[in-house]
Amino acid sequence: MTEGLNSPGVDIPPELQGTVTITTLDRIYNWGRRNSIWPVLMGVACCAIEMICTAASRFDFSRFGMEVMRPSPRQADMLLISGTVTKKMVPQLVRIYNQMAEPRYVVAMGACASGGGPFKEGYNVVSGIDQFLPVDVYIPGCPPTPQALLNGFIALQKKIDKQSIKQVSWYSKGPGEPIPVPVLGPDLMDPREYARIREYTFNPPAPVVEIAGEEA
Amino acid sequence: MSEQVMEFGTDLGERFPEIVTVDTRQGYEGYLVKPEKLVDFATELRDKLGYDYLSSVTGVDYLPENQMEVVYHVFKSTGGSGLVFKTQTPRDQASVPSLVHVYPGAELQEREAWDLLGIRFEGHPDLRRILMWEGFEGHPLRKDWKEAYYEEDTKPFKSRWPSGEIHRVEEKNPFKGNLHYPAHFDPEKWTPDGDAALYSTLAKVEHKPGDDMVTDQIVVNMGPQHPSTHGVFRMVVTLEGETITDLKPVMGYLHRNHEKIGERNTFLMNMPYTDRLDYLSSMSNNFGYALAVEKLMGVRPPERAEYIRVIMAELTRLSNHLMAIGALLNDLGAFFTPIMYALQEREFIMDIFEAVSGSRMMCNYFRFGGVARDLPEDVLEKVRRLAFERLLRQIDELDTYLTKNEIVRFRCEGVGVLTPVQAIAFSTCGPVLRASGVPYDVRRADPYSIYDRFDFDVAVGYHGDAYDRYLVRIEEMRQSVRIIQQAVQQIPEGPVMEGKPQYQVRVPAGEAYGRVEGPKGELGYYVVSTGKPNPWRYHVRAPSFINLTALATMCKGGKVADSVVNLGSIDIVLGETDR
Amino acid sequence: MYGWGIIKGLGVTLKRLIDTYVDDIKLGKKRYTPEGVAYRSDPDMRGAFTIQYPEEKLPVPEEFRFIPFLVYEEGPDGERKDRCTSCGICAKVCPPQCIWIVRTNDPVTGRPIPAPAEFYIDVDICMNCGLCAEYCPFDAIKMGHDYELATYDRLINNICNKAKLSRSISHYASIRPGNYVREEQAKADAEAAKAVKAAQAAQAAQKQE
Repeated sequence: MTEGLNSPGVDIPPELQGTVTITTLDRIYNWGRRNSIWPVLMGVACCAIEMICTAASRFDFSRFGMEVMRPSPRQADMLLISGTVTKKMVPQLVRIYNQMAEPRYVVAMGACASGGGPFKEGYNVVSGIDQFLPVDVYIPGCPPTPQALLNGFIALQKKIDKQSIKQVSWYSKGPGEPIPVPVLGPDLMDPREYARIREYTFNPPAPVVEIAGEEA
Repeated sequence: MSEQVMEFGTDLGERFPEIVTVDTRQGYEGYLVKPEKLVDFATELRDKLGYDYLSSVTGVDYLPENQMEVVYHVFKSTGGSGLVFKTQTPRDQASVPSLVHVYPGAELQEREAWDLLGIRFEGHPDLRRILMWEGFEGHPLRKDWKEAYYEEDTKPFKSRWPSGEIHRVEEKNPFKGNLHYPAHFDPEKWTPDGDAALYSTLAKVEHKPGDDMVTDQIVVNMGPQHPSTHGVFRMVVTLEGETITDLKPVMGYLHRNHEKIGERNTFLMNMPYTDRLDYLSSMSNNFGYALAVEKLMGVRPPERAEYIRVIMAELTRLSNHLMAIGALLNDLGAFFTPIMYALQEREFIMDIFEAVSGSRMMCNYFRFGGVARDLPEDVLEKVRRLAFERLLRQIDELDTYLTKNEIVRFRCEGVGVLTPVQAIAFSTCGPVLRASGVPYDVRRADPYSIYDRFDFDVAVGYHGDAYDRYLVRIEEMRQSVRIIQQAVQQIPEGPVMEGKPQYQVRVPAGEAYGRVEGPKGELGYYVVSTGKPNPWRYHVRAPSFINLTALATMCKGGKVADSVVNLGSIDIVLGETDR
Repeated sequence: MYGWGIIKGLGVTLKRLIDTYVDDIKLGKKRYTPEGVAYRSDPDMRGAFTIQYPEEKLPVPEEFRFIPFLVYEEGPDGERKDRCTSCGICAKVCPPQCIWIVRTNDPVTGRPIPAPAEFYIDVDICMNCGLCAEYCPFDAIKMGHDYELATYDRLINNICNKAKLSRSISHYASIRPGNYVREEQAKADAEAAKAVKAAQAAQAAQKQE
């Protein structure tokens, strides 16, 4: 995160770095963004039904500014992972995240998106979307009720309120790196981990001998 | 089923000497057929004996006997309790003739048996993996295949008590995730083949000389992220202009290993997992599983529990059809208003589920021998008010709003036509089958629980198009309200559970196939028990998965927009399709 | 007439729109009150259906299940007595195996004593099924009603230890009054039956002498 504004060559003296204009500008900027977050129209699994119920008339998340859900990730601000992330689906989710324009947020809804959930032991399940994407808010529950989801959105809005223009990543110097898309091989492969994979498949670590639980 | 054996036991054994023997294992039923003559046997069953509806094809891995077994459940489309037959093949070179040319509905199920168990089906037109991806290592449902987070063969795990040192299991895995790779695997030297296998199976239209305009075909992927695919489902379509020339469904994006986890769980632990199959109608899923295990245990729930089960199952049907109609209208482009009205009614039903079971969607309410707890005092009154006052009025309002709407009629009439012969051949079920003129409803054809006591009609349509499927759903909602009205008036007082509630359920050895008429179709559970606390094999016959066999036929020749309507009218849910 | 279906459909939408306003006027300022919320959850309602979270919260029914909690009883001088005896049944019945229990051993004899040294639930695995609460023989673990649990960091917050999971019995009685009364009644009946049996046994023993 960069300290200081990004104009090259301009030195801002320390007493001016936290001036009133910047905080008011921050507040207006954040107010505009937190009240019009548009989610991507994508439901992954069971939590998507609670998301649809939250969008429906009883709990209505358009009161919070999520007026429309955009099918195109280019036009959306928030990726709501509502359901179990499977290995077959993860490349698609990472591609959608890469296509979203900044500022963008990721909310992991439910136990499955947070940490694998009840299906964690399955061979096709990723232990939480935060293995690939940076998550802003985690909402536990299986599924979280619509009121719990709205509570999560309010938490996201509070997080956005605390962000400052000076420190957000999309105004930093240089372009952001897209997250490399995982590849489906004999098992899921994250390109950032190729070195570790090669190291362990050629020199497997010694299996840990555990005394599984003591009986009496 | 034993009468069937008596009726056929001599007949079928005599009719097909040397290739059919009665299955005499303890707790098992049906016939064992030699693999070489399987196709002839199946053809005779279908043509001469009237068993034209193949319900389920599944594989079982009998590791101790070094056999793979493929189990077929067939029924007559006129009703009745059906027939089970199996064939066995050695584990190492498991190969069985394919029945796709006899029963086309076996296509996707045989691909699943190849994918998860490694049983090769000779003669299958397109034997590729369906739930996992091409290139995945191994056949996961085999008993000797261990997943990356493997701890023990069955739960409960010893590491949780009495000295449960908590840790996150991904930290113990060297790859820091749910991953394991073959030895000496270098990821940088591995080239993915992508979807080459999939794209090579798409039909190409040949242009004849003399065609006035030579056009190119394009391949379009619809999904897995798509506003109208009802979840993470992908359709690969070949387009000639806007007309679809071929369509291939691709699933597995929500494959959560329900069956492998089911083999590790105990019988009771599987109940909350069944909630997550068809996540819109969890009470129905619980019902089917409870029926299958109760068949093995030989218990029947008390009267009050039966009535409660029927009320909950019919409320689930209402809730599901409301969502289905709302989603269909959403797909047609009536952006969000009809679904809002439908979801409003659904909220009342979910309130009842929450008051009764504790959760709006994942109810976990049924137990083996009854239901988990009795209804709270005010719930029955609320159900009565809903059934007699609100629901009928609101269904009529939805009917007035949508049924005669010219846009709905124009877009749905004549779209996605399935003839009755095709519908039975593709093993479709539920509203898809009934809208094609086949009045097959498991509640009438093979009654379970106390459905034979209720007076209701089976909704049937005769055009086989998307509009008829929509009309069948509206009518089924009305019939469900009728059943709830009768059940609420007849429900007796009494206990809701047979025997004491137990967490260590003793299930005798054997096999059972329990099926219910879920809102999407026939939901079946095939459970094989060896007398241990956990099942040996646990397979779910998912209606959404098998109804998709008909999708390609429905969509070919139509426009791209019609494929969205067809998918909406089949009403799939991915939790069930991928399991 | 072609188009009549659409017009009738629009009539339905118009009726609903008018209903929203008529209802608002009829009921007056019933927003943000529990009566207003109760009216809007009743099958007879017409008009606007929205429950405006967070100003109005839809009350959860008694049977509602979210993350479980451990029950402790409070002694006369405020000391806590956990009901949990670390029997391990909840850990054995949990479908995704998200409960981890460390049983305490008596430091002198080395034999286990019925109290948990530690009790963990991994909230990122819990499926809120309620089987732990259903099969606990000591009524020590119950399903909680708190659903406002969104966090920014799951590694710190989502493994709950015994301290985070414990709630007093008065909290349990306030969220599940019907169940609480039934369980206390069942316990009292069991005690009474035991006392009667003990008295009968004592009488029989006396008669023998």
